[in-house]
Amino acid sequence: MAPARTIPSPLVSVENEAFWNAAKQGRFTVPTCAACGKAHWYPRAICPFCSSDKIEWRAASGKGTIYTYSVMRRAKEPYAIAYVTLAEGPTMMTNIVDCDFDALRVGQPVAVVFKDTENGPPVPMFKPA
Amino acid sequence: MTIKGKAYIAGAYEHPTRHAPDKTVAQLHAEVALGALKDAGLSRDEVDGYFCAGDAPGPGPATMAEYMNLKLRHVDSTELGGTSYVALAAHAAEAIALGKCDVALVTLAGRPRSEGQATGTTPRLRDPNQPEAPWEVPYGMTTANGYAMCAMRHMHQYGTTSEQLAWIKVAASHHAQHNPNAMLPEVITVEDVVNSPVIADPLHRLDCCVISDGGGALVIVKPEIAKKLKRPLVKIIGAGETVKHLAGGTFDLTTSGAARTGPIAFAEAGIAPADIKYVSIYDSFTITVLMQIEDLGFCAKGDGGKFVSDGNLISGVGKLPFNTDGGGLCNNHPANRGGMTKVIEAVRQLRGEAHPKVQVKNCDLALAQGTGMQLGTRHCSATLIMERE
Repeated sequence: MAPARTIPSPLVSVENEAFWNAAKQGRFTVPTCAACGKAHWYPRAICPFCSSDKIEWRAASGKGTIYTYSVMRRAKEPYAIAYVTLAEGPTMMTNIVDCDFDALRVGQPVAVVFKDTENGPPVPMFKPA
Repeated sequence: MTIKGKAYIAGAYEHPTRHAPDKTVAQLHAEVALGALKDAGLSRDEVDGYFCAGDAPGPGPATMAEYMNLKLRHVDSTELGGTSYVALAAHAAEAIALGKCDVALVTLAGRPRSEGQATGTTPRLRDPNQPEAPWEVPYGMTTANGYAMCAMRHMHQYGTTSEQLAWIKVAASHHAQHNPNAMLPEVITVEDVVNSPVIADPLHRLDCCVISDGGGALVIVKPEIAKKLKRPLVKIIGAGETVKHLAGGTFDLTTSGAARTGPIAFAEAGIAPADIKYVSIYDSFTITVLMQIEDLGFCAKGDGGKFVSDGNLISGVGKLPFNTDGGGLCNNHPANRGGMTKVIEAVRQLRGEAHPKVQVKNCDLALAQGTGMQLGTRHCSATLIMERE
C-alpha cells in the first residue's frame, strides 16, 4: 500500500458549501433535483437535466462501483484516480484509496470514505467494499 | 448555407523547430505566419482576417495582430484547446463565405519543451471560477490519467488490448522515419510500446505524444484568389464542431465528440468515410486515435482495436493511412496542441507534396480530426474535410 499523498483542498463556494459542511460531519450527500427527481454530479445550483433550481442535498448510500480508473505511476506517491458510479445514479470523479492498486478492476464495488485535505474540508473518496 | 467550396487552403507551413529556447512565442507565431503566406504566394498586407486560439500571447487576437502589424476587418479567437485550428479553418471558411474577409490567417505556436512543462503527468492549474474544479483538483487529475481512464473503460467494454493500441504508435513511427524533423524517427515495434514504463495505467510512455516547441499556420482564401495563385487547389468541403462533457454524471467515456462532428462534416461534404483517402487524427495518446477512428465511422464502435492492428494505418500497407508526418506521437506536438499539424499534413497529402515514401496515391479527399482539452472530462471536437480540385 502506497503512502498517502497530500490532498489539495477543494475550493468552497456559495454554490457547494452545504456539501462541505455535511462532509465535515462525515455525511455524504448527493445533489438531487426536487422537480425531476434526478441526482447529478458534479454538484451545481441548477439541475443539468431539467434546469430547475430546486436542488436538495440528499443523504446518499455511499455505495458505488468503479466505472473506470487509472493509477498515476509517475507521481512520487502513486495514486488511483477513478470514476465511480453511485447507487443514486450519477458517476463521479474520485480516488480509490486504502487498497492494493494492482488488484483494482472495473465494476468493483466500493464504499465512500472521507479523507482529510491540506487545509480544507475532507473530500469523498472510495475504498473496496 | 454551407461552407462547401466557399474557401481554399492556399498556404500551409509547419515550423521546422522542435526546440526553440532562442525564440519567443510571438516570434514563432510571426515566423509561421510568414511561412504560410510565402507558401501561398501572398503578402502580409493582403491578410484581412486573423484567427488564433489560447496559445497566442495575450488575450484574444490583439497582441499578435499588433506584433505582426496586421490590418484586419475580421477576427476570431475561439478557444477549443488543441483542436482549435481544425475548427478555425472552418471558421475562416465561414467568414469568407459571408464576405467578412478574403485572406484569412490562422496561427499556432508555443514552447512547452523549452519552458519545461510536465504536460501530461502533473495536474494543470485551474481558474478558481471553473465550477468543476473542487470536484476534480483534490483527486490529482492529470492529462495522462484522463485519457488512460478512457482506455481502461474501452478495454473493459470492448476487449481492446495494449498491443492493439501500440499498433497506432508503431504506424506513426513507420511514417516518422521519413520525416527529417521528427523527434522520434526510429521505427519501433508493438513490444517496444508495451514494454515501455507505465505512466498512467493502462497507458505506457510510448502511448503518449511528444512534447515539442514549434508551430504552424494556414492561409485560407476565397475561390477567386485561390485560382489566381500557383498552388494546387485544396478546397474545404465540410466541417463540424462540438463539446462533449460529463453531462451531469451520465457519460460514456469510450466515445469522443467525433461521433457528433464526423456525421455533420460528412453530411456537409456529401461523402462517406469510405471515400476518404487520407486521415489526420489527433494523437495526444494512442487511445485518442482509436476512439476517433471508431467515432468517425471508419469501423464499427468497439472494433477499433482490430482495425488499427497489423499496420492498417501505415501508408502503402494498410487501408487507412494516417498521420503520415509521424503525428504527435512521433513528430511534434507544438504548444501541446496538435490540430494545426493535422490540417497541414492533410494539405500536403492533397497537394501530392507529402514525403514520397508516405504519399497516398490519387489523394483527392482527406479529413483532419481533432479533440482538444481532456478526453476524460470535457473536450472539444472538430472535423474538417478537404478536397483536391
